Amino acid sequence: MTAFLSYTVIGLFTGAAYAIAASGLVLTYSTTRVFNIAHGAVGMVFAFVYWDLSQRQGLPVWLSLVLVLLVMAPLTGVFIQRVLTPGLGTAPVGVSLVVTVAILVGMIGIATQIWPENSAARSIPQFFQGDLIHLGGVIVTPQQVITIVISAIVAGGLYVLLARTRVGTAMRASVDNAELLSLYGGRANVVAALAWAIGTSLAALAGILLAPIIGLQYYDLTLLVISAYAAAMLGKLTSLPMTYVGAMGLGLAQSYVVGYLQDIPGHDKLGGLPACVPALFLFAILVLLPQAPLRIGQVKGIISAPVPTIKRSLVFGVLLVVGVIVMASGMADSTLTNVGTAIAYSILMLSLVLLTGYGGFVSLASFAFAGVGAVVYCKVDQPNLLGLILAIVITAIVGAIVAIPVLRLTGLYLALATLAFGQLMDQLFFTSQWAFQFDNPLTAHRPSIFGFSFGREGRYVDLMAVMLVLVALVVIAIRRGRLGRMLIAMRDSQAACGTLGLDQRWFRVGLFAGSAGIAGLSGALLAGLRVTISSSTFIYFNSLILLMIAAVWGVTSITGAVIGGAFMMYLPVAQSNYPTYAGLMFVVVAVGAVILGRNPNGLTYWMFRVPGWIQDSLYPVLADRYPGLALKARAFEVSGEEDEALVPVDAADAGHNSGEVTSDVVASR
Amino acid sequence: MSLLHVDDVVVQFGGVTAVNHANFEVDEGTVTGLIGPNGAGKTTCFNVITGLQTPTSGRVSLDGRDITRMPVHRRSRKGIGRTFQRLEAFGSLTVADNVRVALDIHDGFGGLFRSVDNDIDEMLELVGIADYANERADSIPTGTARLLELARSLATDPRLLLLDEPSSGLDESETEAFGELLRHLAGEGRTVLMVEHDMDLVMNVCDVIHVLDFGTIIAQGTPAEIRANPVVQKAYLGYEDAPEPVGAHARTDVGDSGSDSGPDSDDDTKVLAL
Repeated sequence: MTAFLSYTVIGLFTGAAYAIAASGLVLTYSTTRVFNIAHGAVGMVFAFVYWDLSQRQGLPVWLSLVLVLLVMAPLTGVFIQRVLTPGLGTAPVGVSLVVTVAILVGMIGIATQIWPENSAARSIPQFFQGDLIHLGGVIVTPQQVITIVISAIVAGGLYVLLARTRVGTAMRASVDNAELLSLYGGRANVVAALAWAIGTSLAALAGILLAPIIGLQYYDLTLLVISAYAAAMLGKLTSLPMTYVGAMGLGLAQSYVVGYLQDIPGHDKLGGLPACVPALFLFAILVLLPQAPLRIGQVKGIISAPVPTIKRSLVFGVLLVVGVIVMASGMADSTLTNVGTAIAYSILMLSLVLLTGYGGFVSLASFAFAGVGAVVYCKVDQPNLLGLILAIVITAIVGAIVAIPVLRLTGLYLALATLAFGQLMDQLFFTSQWAFQFDNPLTAHRPSIFGFSFGREGRYVDLMAVMLVLVALVVIAIRRGRLGRMLIAMRDSQAACGTLGLDQRWFRVGLFAGSAGIAGLSGALLAGLRVTISSSTFIYFNSLILLMIAAVWGVTSITGAVIGGAFMMYLPVAQSNYPTYAGLMFVVVAVGAVILGRNPNGLTYWMFRVPGWIQDSLYPVLADRYPGLALKARAFEVSGEEDEALVPVDAADAGHNSGEVTSDVVASR
Repeated sequence: MSLLHVDDVVVQFGGVTAVNHANFEVDEGTVTGLIGPNGAGKTTCFNVITGLQTPTSGRVSLDGRDITRMPVHRRSRKGIGRTFQRLEAFGSLTVADNVRVALDIHDGFGGLFRSVDNDIDEMLELVGIADYANERADSIPTGTARLLELARSLATDPRLLLLDEPSSGLDESETEAFGELLRHLAGEGRTVLMVEHDMDLVMNVCDVIHVLDFGTIIAQGTPAEIRANPVVQKAYLGYEDAPEPVGAHARTDVGDSGSDSGPDSDDDTKVLAL
């Protein structure tokens, strides 16, 4: 009984901290409709700031708290709302996810840059450490009491703010309709900024309260967002009382699992289970949520990157394979490994092109799916085509299983389900004895296909290049065909697709499964390349980096995927070459993703425009100055199906779609 | 024999009632008008009929069969097509491809072995936008995009067509041609239910008109009867000329854009509960 009470106290403490974080999440989401994946990361950074002020700089605790909670965190919140995410609430869910994931990565970058891992262990002492309270045999720490009391104060404060003040009423109104609010003289901007100031401060508070218990670490505190949104989801991200119920329930459940797991036989195999309770809790809620209505009044057409014809892609594909073969013949093995890794990551990027670029859905678990593919390939131990196919098929089935619970829900929930799935795989599956155990690498044999052995490093990289081209061709064929048109149509208007008779639920599951299958192939190939492979390759954080890089280079084109894959390979190489700037590199990529995240075509889109720009802007100038040069302005053709891939037409197309009706577009009509 | 039966439907958003015990029937082969002041709940009614909005209570039946709980796509298979007040064309696709997607969806796997190019041309000719076939749908004028939505809906061969303010964005001669098109569709045996603010068009084309005000049907009858109805005149003139009271304005947004943007959230309620 005493044990039970102790677990209950711990559970209430954790739940209270979750509730503080979750109510901040609800406040920011419900006023601006931007779901802040970085909520936990913000809490993490401010826990570090608090440590720095109170421990390293030696400021008094009260002053540190005032500085962090009342000055820095609110300002950061306003900065995020005003500068990084303005107007994202009405953008497609995918865009706001990409931008807030970028903020998450940026926050981790900032933390690792300023407070690098290698320096002496950091810890935040508990409040009033040592003054233990004895309550009928149960020992309660002041930290626990304070957290529970603060969470009650936060709940009361939010109630008074929302129900009893003018600005609170405006906040509730802006949930309903921000445009309408501004029509009636409410300043929606002020309301949104205030909500983010408070919400961010609550994230910081939760981080500071939890840091003494779970440790001052980059990733554990960042994952607080999963607990917070699992709780918030019970209130459908809008109801504060239900959020508190969810948070307390989650805290208690987690505490009981930790407490009683050791009594269950075989518990040593489930060591990762406690950490997974929030993710499991979330899955349960997602399954129970009612059907989401279809969105009406969404954003319309999106500027598309050019889609090459199959013929043209074949030419490029053959060129790429030949190029890799020629290069591979003269490369050192370590360089070959890098090239192979880049190819594997490019294939992984292609899974995002299909899912995110064409379908408009976001996955935050690409590497988890790749990991499944790798485990399957190693375990099946069929070093031939069958092994690769099994890796694809089984990963696709896993993808479908992840998507089915959220079948009835919209993109945000699908993305959150993938984040939870990624964490489950990280904590529970990859570390289990069926997979890598604790950093116990698996061995993969390189395949031989149709009698050809791909055992040598160079040969194997050639094989990977061929696979990359094949996957790219499949993706292009899908995009150009019936399925691709339906995907684009679904991205543009789900409501219209529904009223035309399309059952989008299974379509979505199929899309997700296909994307997961490609990721599985990537993982299997990566396993073969590395020969021995461990779970650290597939940590969930890599999935977030991948999404960032996809946002920077563009997720709508094969070119973007290939460049992005190479970049994904190079980033850790650069970080280990220049360890002093490792964190800064994350920040740079994150800033790039925040800037470019709104246009899913990324940098590649601008690259495609360069030749057109040269011909349109540079040629006339040059021709004026040097009449002797035979420079021609580009000729325009009617934009038919087959010509779609030609750069001039694409550039004209793009300019035209973004609303700049330039004279050359008029001329092309 | 009535094709569509809306029976005592109520829709509430939070504390606001957008549709309040609406009752009406639509007869097969007719062009029926659904008119009413802004915020009367017309678009919400359409959303209930097509399944985009679940009513708080009440029943919708098609051909005597209850479809109140049927998912959107199944209703489409039963022959309900619609266009949207706020455009829902597939902006990244060309006009022709918009129709092609509709045909692909409608044909299912059967369509794999059939060229649909002729059908597309036919649909675009029918609504009179063949000239725009290769334009991207987000670059065409609003009126044209509305006609495109009609063509796209016709591609699924609907028995019952719901048109939400189809003539806005069309000029006078285009509106006249559009009226003829509606009569032609009715002549083919299709049933049209139309929300429309252009009274000339409504009076000239509709066989029957239902008038909705504050979510309730306040009158129904032939155009001549509606024109002469004092209740309708009051409801209309009360809003058309006089400035709207604040409360009524708020209703406007709940009923119209509210029902449009209401479900565009990721959950079904947008009210921040305390």
